Amino acid sequence: MRAFTYERAETAAEAVAAVARTPGARFIAGGTNLLDLMKLEIETPTHLVDVNRLGLDHVEETGDGGLRIGALVRNTDLAADPRVRRDYGVLSRAIVAGASGQLRNRATTGGNLMQRTRCPYFYDTAMPCNKREPGTGCAALGGLSHNHAILGSSEACIATHPSDMAVALRALDATVETMAPDGSGRSIAIADFHRLPGDTPHIETVLGPGELITAVTLPPPRGGIHLYRKVRERASYAFANVAVALVAKVRSGRVVVDRLAFGGLAHKPWRVEAAERLFAEGEDAAADPIADLVLAGARPTEHNAYKLPLVRRTLAATLDTARQGETS
Amino acid sequence: MSSIATHPGRQPGRQPGGVPTRLRVNNRDHVLELDPRTTLLDALREHLHLTGTKKGCDQGQCGACTVIVNGRRANSCLTLAVMHDGDDITTVEGLGTPEALHPMQKAFVEHDGFQCGYCTPGQILSAVCVLGEIEAGIPSHVTGALTAAPTCSDAEIRERMSGNICRCAAYPNIIAAIREVAGGRS
Amino acid sequence: MIGAAISRIDGPLKVAGRAAYSYERQDAGPALYGFIRGAAIAKGRITLIDARDAEAAPGVTLVLTHLNAPPQAPLVAKPTIFDRPNPQLAGDGISYYGQPVALVVAETFEQARAAAALVRVEYEREPGAYDLAAHADRAEPQETISLGLPGETRFGDIDRAMAEGPVTVDETYTTPYHLSQPMEPHACLADWRDGRLTVYLSTQMVAPGRAALAETLLLDEDRVTVDAAYVGGGFGSKLYLHAEAVLAALAARALGRPVKVVLTRRQVFTLTGQRPATIQRVRLSATPDGRLTGLGHDVNMQSVATLPWIEQTATVSRSLYAAPNRLTRHYTTDLDLTPGEAVRGPGELPGLLALETAMDELAHRLGIDPVELRLRNDTDIDPELGVPLNGRRLADCLREGARRFGWERRPAEPASRREGSWLIGYGMASAIRAHFQGATEASVRIAPDGRVVVRSDTPDIGTGTYTIAAQVAAEALGLPVEAVTVELASSTYPKGGGAGGSYGAANTAVAIHRACRALRERIAQAAGGVPSNDLVGTARRLFPEGVEATGAIVGQAEDPNFRNYSQNTYGTSFAEVAVDVHTGEVRLRRMTGVFAAGRIVNPKTARSQIMGGMIWGVSSALHEAAHVDPRYGSWVNGDLAEYVVPVHADIPEIEAILLDDHDEHANDLGMKGVGELGVCGTGAAVSNAVFNATGIRVRDFPITLAKLLPGLPAP
Repeated sequence: MRAFTYERAETAAEAVAAVARTPGARFIAGGTNLLDLMKLEIETPTHLVDVNRLGLDHVEETGDGGLRIGALVRNTDLAADPRVRRDYGVLSRAIVAGASGQLRNRATTGGNLMQRTRCPYFYDTAMPCNKREPGTGCAALGGLSHNHAILGSSEACIATHPSDMAVALRALDATVETMAPDGSGRSIAIADFHRLPGDTPHIETVLGPGELITAVTLPPPRGGIHLYRKVRERASYAFANVAVALVAKVRSGRVVVDRLAFGGLAHKPWRVEAAERLFAEGEDAAADPIADLVLAGARPTEHNAYKLPLVRRTLAATLDTARQGETS
Repeated sequence: MSSIATHPGRQPGRQPGGVPTRLRVNNRDHVLELDPRTTLLDALREHLHLTGTKKGCDQGQCGACTVIVNGRRANSCLTLAVMHDGDDITTVEGLGTPEALHPMQKAFVEHDGFQCGYCTPGQILSAVCVLGEIEAGIPSHVTGALTAAPTCSDAEIRERMSGNICRCAAYPNIIAAIREVAGGRS
Repeated sequence: MIGAAISRIDGPLKVAGRAAYSYERQDAGPALYGFIRGAAIAKGRITLIDARDAEAAPGVTLVLTHLNAPPQAPLVAKPTIFDRPNPQLAGDGISYYGQPVALVVAETFEQARAAAALVRVEYEREPGAYDLAAHADRAEPQETISLGLPGETRFGDIDRAMAEGPVTVDETYTTPYHLSQPMEPHACLADWRDGRLTVYLSTQMVAPGRAALAETLLLDEDRVTVDAAYVGGGFGSKLYLHAEAVLAALAARALGRPVKVVLTRRQVFTLTGQRPATIQRVRLSATPDGRLTGLGHDVNMQSVATLPWIEQTATVSRSLYAAPNRLTRHYTTDLDLTPGEAVRGPGELPGLLALETAMDELAHRLGIDPVELRLRNDTDIDPELGVPLNGRRLADCLREGARRFGWERRPAEPASRREGSWLIGYGMASAIRAHFQGATEASVRIAPDGRVVVRSDTPDIGTGTYTIAAQVAAEALGLPVEAVTVELASSTYPKGGGAGGSYGAANTAVAIHRACRALRERIAQAAGGVPSNDLVGTARRLFPEGVEATGAIVGQAEDPNFRNYSQNTYGTSFAEVAVDVHTGEVRLRRMTGVFAAGRIVNPKTARSQIMGGMIWGVSSALHEAAHVDPRYGSWVNGDLAEYVVPVHADIPEIEAILLDDHDEHANDLGMKGVGELGVCGTGAAVSNAVFNATGIRVRDFPITLAKLLPGLPAP
């Protein structure tokens, strides 16, 4: 880990100003991903601005009936929030499907969105990686790519985004609120927040330099059954092979898909809105046609082609669970 | 064993140019001046010589470094000591002593909830917090209805303990130890 | 006291965080921190190494590279691998990925780690061979394998037996690289003063480790002390001297100050050895009523030309079942990887994964119950050595296991039981594990203050050795356990066989028992032949300076029991798995293991070891595999997020039963080891349960969902 200087900010304005002041400065919140990467010198900030005490750690109701989640709300607290559990179950479910209890106690809402990929070649600094060192190539292409992207990938990068929480937020049409170094704020739809790798896989979000996530807002609740099905090799504490976030209504045993997003497939949470509307109200949603649409244009490697049937089957399983009216 | 003088300039916890940090560890206050790169884990182990907190992976993938920060468990390897100015930290040494063990520590001995003992402090601190988290109604991956309070079932305990890897694989005995303590509570 | 299920006597220290492991020792005062920089290539040479920036970095006291590393003994392949020298930074050649190219020593850990990254290294990469399957045509037959065992054994004509059948299995199984990954990373604190070196080392082998370190450093052995009072797991990976010990010692000597070095978790993947990947062909031929007529087991595994280690994988097929026509062979394929090393259950874990899966395939083809098939091929005489199999209780284990597990409720047809979205299957397998005996000494002393102190250099790596030693001494001396102090794992103590091969506790126990008997005799003699009711009081009266006696057992080569009998431990395991019909996720539901390992000194700690071993077996079937990039020779999934070991949520209740009895041909105490027995066969029980659940036979381990998906029925 390279040497850096450290300061604690007390307000968001102070934090963005501090980062703007110092070239190479970064915000640190939970630190659960950044510090890991700093130890390997994959991240090498010169200055850390600690944003843990900005007071952005509350979940509050918005005027339109939604929720505003402070960027520093810990994953545990967000998953446990009674309003989230009641109205946005898919979000609670996704959060508790990720990491471990102790990591969720530290990891924050904003930080979770800023997580970097778990591609093993990104982590091994002896390997070429366009994300870590632009222009060096992608070792995962032609390498071991069991858990890499099948959708939206490029010749430069086939990494996936590791977050479960972000998949649920994508399904829920969340908005990311930020503050720029000049103190101005903006709202970014979650759909636009993460980027596909293209030929610049090192640029993972649309955030500008020194821009701080201050909150994530959720639109008013949509009701329905909320499910998050995460498939993984061990029963807990593992990244997803495939994950399905589903919000659906069930009427007389028929499933009407309202929202559907996938994790483990791409450089960002994957959602194909047209697939949600494939079946008309009153029709029972079937997995295969939906999966066909979602997987259109998939480019698997020889190691991760299993994800194609897995998406199909996991979606079918999730629709089944919904059909049985399980509210889990 | 002969003793040697502390090397000049190497007073533990006082590093030239370090960031002043107040840590309250096991009900004792410490003022440290630390290289900001120092993790909470290394501050405890290398500066305060509280080596009960273990370094198993140093990257948040094993849980051996679990400590309690302001009442909540955390991986001390993935957080900087300077980020904990004024925080209240409990390590395994603060839970009990060999002569006066905490009920969870005692249950681990009784149920043989460890073999090599290296992941054990983390398991024990996690176990203490897991029971608190269930009591507080925090949901987990295996919780049934999200709007109901989780129960203290084996499945809940196993899921919540999954951030603590035991390579000796004492898992069933660890669950037995936690179950005993949980039973004694309710 | 022997046979009492007492809690570990080191337990209170461990659960209170007061047991100090190597890196945590404060005995030598403050230590400097060493950090290893590893090579970025797997094969080639260093063309440039520039340490100037690192040397100039804050706090740095030393940078060792091959340009300034002190002279060391050369690398030699010894048959006694635990005491082989392991020189570091010995030249510009790179022969495996991550090989240390520099050690940076600084005042703080943070300084050392940062400066290690400042060492500038350039390489010339040479093409290497990294893929076992791709280079399998290079496989060479091996005459002698690990432990000096013959590489090939042949009886009758397996080819003819296979041709005559009538029922045969001829299948190929592959097992992956498998790593010990103890929770305590490999660590060493080295203290050099007054021309003597003391290392606080995380090791399973004190005396061989000391010999290896002394030889590497070109030192007389009597100037080196090794102390391993607490070791955070080993599982084979701490049998050998590794880079952290040699580099810490070199730096401490160069600086005249204590230096400590610990491997990062990622370095534990590159700098300690792996169980070699294997390609195994198992051939079975049988009569229609299930009598084996032929058993063939060929193994090809990864090895390294300069430091071969040839796992005794096919030896599991030598003593388990009777069959007139037999052939076992070992081949190696040299690759440019880290040398292979013993990982828990060497030979048995991968060997039984293949053999016992093949037996299940045979049972299926014969239409015979898998338990019954094994019973029909049971034998009292070692089919290859021709001597009795002492303590052979395989049939007892099979029947007791089947009864406890409820085997009669097994779904008779594969893929025939479903609960919701889960396919349910039962599987079972047999276990055999060779029992070893190494020359071992121990001492017992009654000190002037009346303390009874037992000493042995065998470490307790989680094996319960502290506790067992106290129990054995207490029983032999007629004292309560609390009256006995156990001191282990210093090279100043009597030499044991070390904590490996499952023999540490058993051998040490016998040596302690003999030492106690000798002590009693000595005291009785001094008391004029009158046995005393107050041994300690009598000893203090007659020996005011204290009194000590030693006990020893010889190595197995000198013990007639090991010529007249084929020494093994036995067991069976039964598993129930659930496979998600949609996703192919496999979850263990329950498991029963029944094992026979002679007399059990402490049923509590023995059960724990067996149970932990069983979970290792489960993991070998479902989870663990280290992957090498065939282009770069790098370990790809080199951390505990990507190298999947079981977590709490993966492991249900496990029933582990030990059939306690006295094996009179094993040793005085009738006891054998249990450290590795639990891993034996349990993987195959799981693999067979997956077949029973799904009808899919996966022969490439581990059984992951990706391998099951193509064969899963439509949900």
